[in-house]
Amino acid sequence: MKKITDFRLIEKKEWAKSTYLLLQSDEPLEEIKAGQFVQVRVDDAQHTYLRRPISIHDVDYQNRTITLLVQRVGEGSNKIADTELNDTLNIIYPLGNGFTIPEKNQNAILVGGGIGIAPLYYLGKMLKEKGIEPQFLLGGRSKSDLIMLEDFESVGKVYITTNDGSLGEEGFVTQHSIWKEKKFDMIYTCGPKPMMMALTKMARENNIDCEVSLENLMACGLGACLCCVENTIEGNVCVCKEGPVININKLLW
Amino acid sequence: MVNETIQLGKGLTLKNPVMTASGTFGYGEEYADFIDLTKLGGILVKGTTLNHREGNPYPRMAETPSGMLNAVGLQNKGVDYFVETIYPRIKDIDTNIIVNVSGSTIEDYCAVAEKVNALENVPAIELNVSCPNVKQGGMAFGVTTTGIEQVVSAVRKVYDKHLIVKLSPNVTSIADLALAAEASGADSVSLINTLLGMAIDAEKRRPKLSTVTGGLSGACVKPIALRMVWQVAKAVKIPVIGLGGISSATDAIEFLLAGASAIEIGTANFIDPTITVKVAQGIVEYCERHGFKNVSDLTGALEINS
Repeated sequence: MKKITDFRLIEKKEWAKSTYLLLQSDEPLEEIKAGQFVQVRVDDAQHTYLRRPISIHDVDYQNRTITLLVQRVGEGSNKIADTELNDTLNIIYPLGNGFTIPEKNQNAILVGGGIGIAPLYYLGKMLKEKGIEPQFLLGGRSKSDLIMLEDFESVGKVYITTNDGSLGEEGFVTQHSIWKEKKFDMIYTCGPKPMMMALTKMARENNIDCEVSLENLMACGLGACLCCVENTIEGNVCVCKEGPVININKLLW
Repeated sequence: MVNETIQLGKGLTLKNPVMTASGTFGYGEEYADFIDLTKLGGILVKGTTLNHREGNPYPRMAETPSGMLNAVGLQNKGVDYFVETIYPRIKDIDTNIIVNVSGSTIEDYCAVAEKVNALENVPAIELNVSCPNVKQGGMAFGVTTTGIEQVVSAVRKVYDKHLIVKLSPNVTSIADLALAAEASGADSVSLINTLLGMAIDAEKRRPKLSTVTGGLSGACVKPIALRMVWQVAKAVKIPVIGLGGISSATDAIEFLLAGASAIEIGTANFIDPTITVKVAQGIVEYCERHGFKNVSDLTGALEINS
């Protein structure tokens, strides 16, 4: 069930362009699937009006916490990233469909670019619970884009690319040597659209099943306003409701 | 106990003056996790056309200071899908389910209105002659008195329940259009639809919407909407439903004081999906505080020369 509630910021870590927010609710959490997102209210920002959709990075039912990784891209995300300890954020959650967790063991690779790594962490944990060993391939422009690496390493094997070669292999995620060394039967990805388009092409060429998490501009987040549509083989679908996770079989790109 | 009932005439009675604006509330179901839908005066469902419409290409939305532009373009699966699939799911919700009827020809409007006329639990339609996002779509009819007369009188012949006409603000004198709707048989008018606007991404030197222009809504349009409601309420005898940027009980009360009998809440639902019930409650509290026995007593209670 979707819910609107306040979460209190109880822990915060900051990097140059992004922020880790550990948020606690007074009430038990609703059930959250990996790949779902929240809509965060932004108050007192001069040029923003709407909520900001942000992927859920991690969930802890026992401590009633969710974790968000917020990239500073504009006034809205800056406001959210500037939240101080013990302040509250008003959040609508859980939204969207989430990734498909397979029933049987699969050789799955979770490919994230930039802040798109966020939902893959919780997905990795969910896969691990199912006995599937997650492998992460994380890409950034340079070393400073890649955050929370130790956490990812605690869940599964981590492979890295950076455009400038400052960490891991130099180049794009699609150029990493892992693709030649291993065979995968499932790709989960979230990140910049050009990266996901390149992965989609690669997945099709190699007959690998693939789910992408889209981040179209959004207003309501509830499937009511029909603003965030992606054109698919089924016509325009709301990324906030029928997505954000869409199988590449449905995509027109 | 404050009496919240609003009589809009011709078979349309509201539990309270708060309804939801078409296109911002889906079919109501999208909000059922957040509020008790039966606490609403009415739900105006998504604009419905004769045939399935895919709407405009993405991007369809641009955020603006205190508001947003949209260019959805009436995406919907057509009236038959509504009648067969959606109506059975929502018809027993204990509130007024009102269908927003859109089209691009008079024949289309009439065909949709006729089909909706047959639905027992839909006491009213809102005729959308003011969508700015569809070519030859509605707004062409809604910006001239002749256009309004043609479409409203044609629909009036095939639709015998409560007929609301939703007016466009993108005109010189909205009161003249309201008078034309009244003279052509409208039972009430609602206003305002979105204001035609535009947003540009200067870095990319591109428009932010695929359609270049779109409809502006949200808190930023409220003063314009309020002024238009006041002008229309002075001009017509039929009830006026006010909307445009309402985001709080105080906003809603201002519309009632300006002459609206009921209000619709639109874009504010995106920011707070529980806003409708809060506004309804706030109106009651205002009435208690100011000694009004009936919410309907607020309509037109603006004191100008005192």
